[in-house]
Amino acid sequence: MLLAIDTSAGTSVAVVDRDGGILSQVDVADTMRHAEVIGSLITAALAEAGIRPPELSGVVSGMGPGPFTGLRVGISAARTFAFALGRPLVPIASHDAVAWQHYASGATGGLLVVTDARRREVFWSAYSGVDAEGLPQRTDGPALAKPDAVPFPELTRIDAAAIPAGGLGMVAELAFAAGHPFAADEPLYLRSPDVTPSNGPKRVTR
Amino acid sequence: MNREDPLVLGIETSCDETGVGIVRGRTLLANAIASSMDEHARYGGVVPEVAARAHLESMTPMIGAALAEAGVSLEDLDAIAVTSGPGLSGALMVGVGSAKALALALDKPLYAVNHLVGHVGVDVLGEEGHLEYPTIALLVSGGHTSLLLVRDLVSDVELLGETIDDAAGEAFDKVARILGLPYPGGPHIDRLAALGDPKAIRFPRGLTLPKDMAAHRYDFSFSGLKTSVARWVEKKQDAGEEVPINDVAASFREAVADVLIGKAIAACTDLGVPRLLLGGGVVANARVRSLAEERTAAAGISLRIPPLDLCTDNGAMIAALGAQLVMHGHDPSGPDFGADSTLPVTDIQVH
Ligand SMILES: [Zn+2]
Repeated sequence: MLLAIDTSAGTSVAVVDRDGGILSQVDVADTMRHAEVIGSLITAALAEAGIRPPELSGVVSGMGPGPFTGLRVGISAARTFAFALGRPLVPIASHDAVAWQHYASGATGGLLVVTDARRREVFWSAYSGVDAEGLPQRTDGPALAKPDAVPFPELTRIDAAAIPAGGLGMVAELAFAAGHPFAADEPLYLRSPDVTPSNGPKRVTR
Repeated sequence: MNREDPLVLGIETSCDETGVGIVRGRTLLANAIASSMDEHARYGGVVPEVAARAHLESMTPMIGAALAEAGVSLEDLDAIAVTSGPGLSGALMVGVGSAKALALALDKPLYAVNHLVGHVGVDVLGEEGHLEYPTIALLVSGGHTSLLLVRDLVSDVELLGETIDDAAGEAFDKVARILGLPYPGGPHIDRLAALGDPKAIRFPRGLTLPKDMAAHRYDFSFSGLKTSVARWVEKKQDAGEEVPINDVAASFREAVADVLIGKAIAACTDLGVPRLLLGGGVVANARVRSLAEERTAAAGISLRIPPLDLCTDNGAMIAALGAQLVMHGHDPSGPDFGADSTLPVTDIQVH
């Protein structure tokens, strides 16, 4: 049984089980209040699934891509929750959750998942389908692009406003069961901090 | 919950130090700190996004380091405390997200507290740690310059004044840059100032003229001082003369210390409070400390300066304040508090 947390878009928290599927998922769409809502959503997801933290076998973290500030709240919470329980952290690329949900509903073929990156840019990931275990096969991305420069126009495109933590958790369960490697435990910022090294003092007298 | 001598873990991420501290009541058990200061050096100041990224990477390692240092396990904790503000919002959010997860995973109460009051609260730690009331507190760092009247740590803190532009620590960084010294500027200016004449140049003392004192008696301003130093240095350079860097450093440092301590003493005298507490990283400045010692002694005011590693931003001060809230019977914070970059000092705890 896994707790899954994603704050790459809004805030989504779920409890999943390999056999039982998604036991609970709670979401807040607001993209500005991750720090405020994260605690109540964890409490609600656990309560709805009827389990207590020590019963979890791991914590899944959506690693992005996503706008910096919000993304970090979920990763920080997931890492700390896992640390506190002494259970493994399972890092998963957030777009994989959208792809899993798409294919789980019976769809097949190529897929392009697109999310808002703010500053008039988007994040995208391309998928070819699912493997024998039902895991989405990411073939390219995640990457950053201007809206008019997003590649793979031939693929079915999903513009996702939310990342479902339930899907994130199921990807983790399937990858674990199949012995596949997880994503690296690194946030997918895909942008450098906006700073320029200082070039010494500026004159004040003219 | 043990309210007599609670074991509290505090998380602090308001600026560039990821601090996790553990106290048992008034006893300091651990003070683990990771700083991203080196990463900011080439930018000449704290870059919020760089700081926030560093907090995320340091968070669980620092929790682990604090537990090891204290020799306690997470299950032993009575409560968790975290800085809710003021500070850099992206940085604060990392601490808030982490603290909420820690409290929920362990089923422990969580206290969201004020960073500035934490600087005062650290003074309860240690053998002779008994903060006396009322006290004036002068908190000076790269992020804040505040003068507080503390009547009670957990229930009555008043803001007397604060900087209306740059923080004092920021002024040190900017003047260091003018003088071609590396970031952070404080230690370098302190070193050169010791070799110079503090009376060589009369730099302006911000907000000390009678007309300013009426509206800003306890407020500070360091932006004009920084510009004045830049003008003075440029004039020398333009004339092809050598800049007496030691004298500039000493005179600048004297101007900052004079205003800081002058206003703090004025607050003590005006309000009849015979106690002054210093906090914040600028306390590392030798002249700020010595001037505080001279003038409090002359005015019959008792001075308290916590150990330097407890003056700079740290998790132990947050744990200490959290423990005081527990010991005074305060309820934990609700589940929905956030990061508040401008949290007023009167909000000692966020509910
Ligand atoms: Zn501070």
